[in-house]
Amino acid sequence: MSVLSVRDLHVTYHTGSGGAPAVRGVNFDIERGEVLGLAGESGCGKSTIAGAIIRLLPDKTKIAGEILLEGKSVLDMKPGQLRAARWNEASIIFQGAMHALNPVTSIGDQIIEAIVTHDPGSTKTAPAKAAKLLEQVGLSGRRIDDYPHRLSGGQKQRVMIAMALACDPALVIADEPTTALDVMVQAQVLSLLADLQSELGLSMLFITHDLSVLVEVADRIDVMYAGQVVEEGPAEDVFTSPVHPYTKALAGAYPLIGDRIYRGNPTGLAGDPPDPEDIPSGCAFHPRCAEAFGPCPTTIPSLAPSHDGRASACLLIEGADPGATTSEEVSS
Amino acid sequence: MPGSLQPEMLPGDPEPKPMTAIADEQGLTPEILPKSRRSIGRERRLRSLRASWALFRTSWIGLAGLVVLCLFILIALAAPLLVPKSGTLEAVTVASGSPRLSPPVPGYPLGTDKFGRSISTMLIWGAQVSLLVGALATVGTMVIGAAVGISAGFFGGRIDSLLMRLTDWFLVIPWLALALVLASILGPTLLNIIVVISITSWAFTARVVRAQALTVKSRPYVERAKALGGRNWHVITRHVLPNTFPIVFAQTILIAAAAILTESTLAFLGLGDPQSVSWGKMLQEGFNQAAITTGRWWLIIPPGLCIVVLVLSLTMIGYAFDQILNPRLRDR
Amino acid sequence: MSWRYLAKRVLSAIATLAFVLVINFVMFRVLGDPARTIGRAQQLNPQEVAELRVQQGIDRPVFPDQLIVYTKNTLTGDLGSSYYSGRPVSETIAGRVWPTMLLVGTATIFSTLIGVLLGIKGGWKHGSLFDRSSLLGAMTLYSIPEFFLGMLLMIVFSAGLGWFPTGGYQSPTAPSTGLAHWLDVLNHLFLPCLTLTLAYIGEYSLIMRASVLDVRGEDFVGTARAKGIREKHVLRRHVVPNALLPIVTVSVLYFGFLLGGSIATEYVFSYPGLGLLTAKALANLDFPILQAIFLIFSAAVIAANLVADILYGYIDPRVRYA
Repeated sequence: MSVLSVRDLHVTYHTGSGGAPAVRGVNFDIERGEVLGLAGESGCGKSTIAGAIIRLLPDKTKIAGEILLEGKSVLDMKPGQLRAARWNEASIIFQGAMHALNPVTSIGDQIIEAIVTHDPGSTKTAPAKAAKLLEQVGLSGRRIDDYPHRLSGGQKQRVMIAMALACDPALVIADEPTTALDVMVQAQVLSLLADLQSELGLSMLFITHDLSVLVEVADRIDVMYAGQVVEEGPAEDVFTSPVHPYTKALAGAYPLIGDRIYRGNPTGLAGDPPDPEDIPSGCAFHPRCAEAFGPCPTTIPSLAPSHDGRASACLLIEGADPGATTSEEVSS
Repeated sequence: MPGSLQPEMLPGDPEPKPMTAIADEQGLTPEILPKSRRSIGRERRLRSLRASWALFRTSWIGLAGLVVLCLFILIALAAPLLVPKSGTLEAVTVASGSPRLSPPVPGYPLGTDKFGRSISTMLIWGAQVSLLVGALATVGTMVIGAAVGISAGFFGGRIDSLLMRLTDWFLVIPWLALALVLASILGPTLLNIIVVISITSWAFTARVVRAQALTVKSRPYVERAKALGGRNWHVITRHVLPNTFPIVFAQTILIAAAAILTESTLAFLGLGDPQSVSWGKMLQEGFNQAAITTGRWWLIIPPGLCIVVLVLSLTMIGYAFDQILNPRLRDR
Repeated sequence: MSWRYLAKRVLSAIATLAFVLVINFVMFRVLGDPARTIGRAQQLNPQEVAELRVQQGIDRPVFPDQLIVYTKNTLTGDLGSSYYSGRPVSETIAGRVWPTMLLVGTATIFSTLIGVLLGIKGGWKHGSLFDRSSLLGAMTLYSIPEFFLGMLLMIVFSAGLGWFPTGGYQSPTAPSTGLAHWLDVLNHLFLPCLTLTLAYIGEYSLIMRASVLDVRGEDFVGTARAKGIREKHVLRRHVVPNALLPIVTVSVLYFGFLLGGSIATEYVFSYPGLGLLTAKALANLDFPILQAIFLIFSAAVIAANLVADILYGYIDPRVRYA
């Protein structure tokens, strides 16, 4: 059984003028011990998915589809069950830990709060466990009485990680955990996450706009654009040989050192990602796509599987056109 | 009691969006055509105004307050028609033969006082006084407060510390005590009352304006203006002033409300202008004539209600402005 | 909280007090000519006025002689003599301090406590019927001058229903000690205290509500919810402590307003405190009394500010463990 199973997820935010569809039909699974990377620019819906998994979205948001966390349907949970599942089954590491920690409570108390909420009998043992968690992320256990303002950005993020592991969750969602950090600190936190993941066998959903980060941490990558998955596959493959034009642009923006393909020629992408309230017709990417052709503005491509576990939603790929009848192998 | 009804902005707070940004969001941006400098500036200000009005319209509180305020202003302006010879004592003195201390009867819809003057007539006259004092005292307060605030924020350094020290001192002194003392020394005339209110109220405005001036000062276009050789006066009037305007205007409304309350309190305590009839004075006379114990409610309730309703309308408008400046206060 | 923080605050308070002293002096000696004012009040002829001038030391140069004398006198407790009664000001004021302290103290406690609670509930249940009605109620109370509110309460509860007396501190026939005494005092205190409390409840509730609305949108509140904590714990452990912090210092501003409001309230209820004394002194243009009360009120607000600043330095961990 997968740790997380998402089927046909649609999330629409409530706005004054109708709704803003942030997620439009997304499917994926995360197996035990697997790290799935979710990549895309701001506004593509990836953070919304994180919020939907533990139903942390604003009140009037509409969520449709199926989200199974350890086999249980999240969307059908009653408030008590939901609260029990939060953190215990799935925890989140937020981006920008600057403000994600309560400034007037010690970091130890905040970790202890997570522990005791889900295990009320553990009040005596919680402080020791909190100290141990801090050591696990590379901070001194004696710092449990410190307040967040005494910690640097990187240290605060480590506290967030420690807190996320406090209840031994089945799934850890990392929502842009390194975005707000300096590059050097980013590397440290990333390697910490990678170490913890392999040590503890964590299942992770790693959300970021930085494709190059996912290559190091994730097993598989799903690339999102305008609320839909446009490409998926093993991490290394998606990055080094992208199929979808959007993924090509995204990968090109972060050339690896020593990368022969994009070295000296980093590509960018003109324009902005579409506003959820105003999504282009047909393939949502067509206005910015260098390879757009005839049917693109009118036909919505579906995810067409190709060889070795990869799939891509582009009309250039055979099998992606819902109206087509042929299904030959396509070389990438 | 002057001032905003919410905690003031601190340096680390996110700055309120400039009206032009809100205008752009609402699609009120005109096409860019070559125009003179003046007309570009004028157009920008018009856009800001239209955006502010659009936002203001969404607040039911603000609209209700505006309607009531307009009513009062209309009545005050129409006073010469409703009350012949208004502005003089003759207007409220009637020929002998009018009933003294009469409850409401036909001809005297709100009764009469011990001189035989019609309460309703005095109310209308009082509206003029309240609105006049409110407006002029507000102007006085704003001029001093804005001058101090902008100078302190813009010039910084020693001027800033000196002015802020002065402001803090005035903030701490209980305003009514100071007002009473000043009014008793200077003598009770309308002009002195206006001066006294300005002296006791400017401090809060100065603080708010300074905070805004500080954020504006650090904005790129101000640095650009200075780099282009703009002299201080030019930078202040063309850039700093217009951008501190929204907050300053919101303050204006609340200062006006406080000024009217102050004036009525001073009048009630005997420091009102003996030549004019204000609502506060009517309350004083009613109180001194033991209206409470003799059950002559018409001497007290009408003027008191007028004060409450007028100040409430201003407070509501002020709150709507707070909502514009702080999106978190807006109605869900 | 470092000693520097403490020292800075205390020095600042002393400096402000010094400023108040100087302003007090300037207002009376420079802006008004006391001799002439007394002359007007007591109807003296020009020669008596001249004598008075010498006697009061007003013929000497204002700076620095008069200022030094004034400062010395004030600091040693000699606040001059009343123009009206001739008795020393300190004597006149002494008996009035306690009733005002009682009134202002209880009103401050009640209006702050209840106002804050209402503000929390309103802010947390943003948009609900409770929120809208308490918002409107708060704004309405804010708009009512306290003396009018006092008169309304008097009309209903004293003259109308007869539940409470129309004024004073205690009945002349009541005992002066023991439980009966205190009950009598409370009986007289009730309406003035209710007036002052209601008049300022609006302010506290509005700023607390705004603070709660600000804090509930912060990231750490989302973190708390994500941890699976019940909503009421999110409110109590995360939102309220952070929302209360700025209120501690801002609400002291309103203490100054409340103190001023006690003047008109005492006047309406003939409550024999400093406020009523002020009103009478105004009518008589009795400046030494006005000066002294102004000084006392200012000192009280400065002290309250100091206490609030120190308290804040203690409860905000960002300042305490800087």
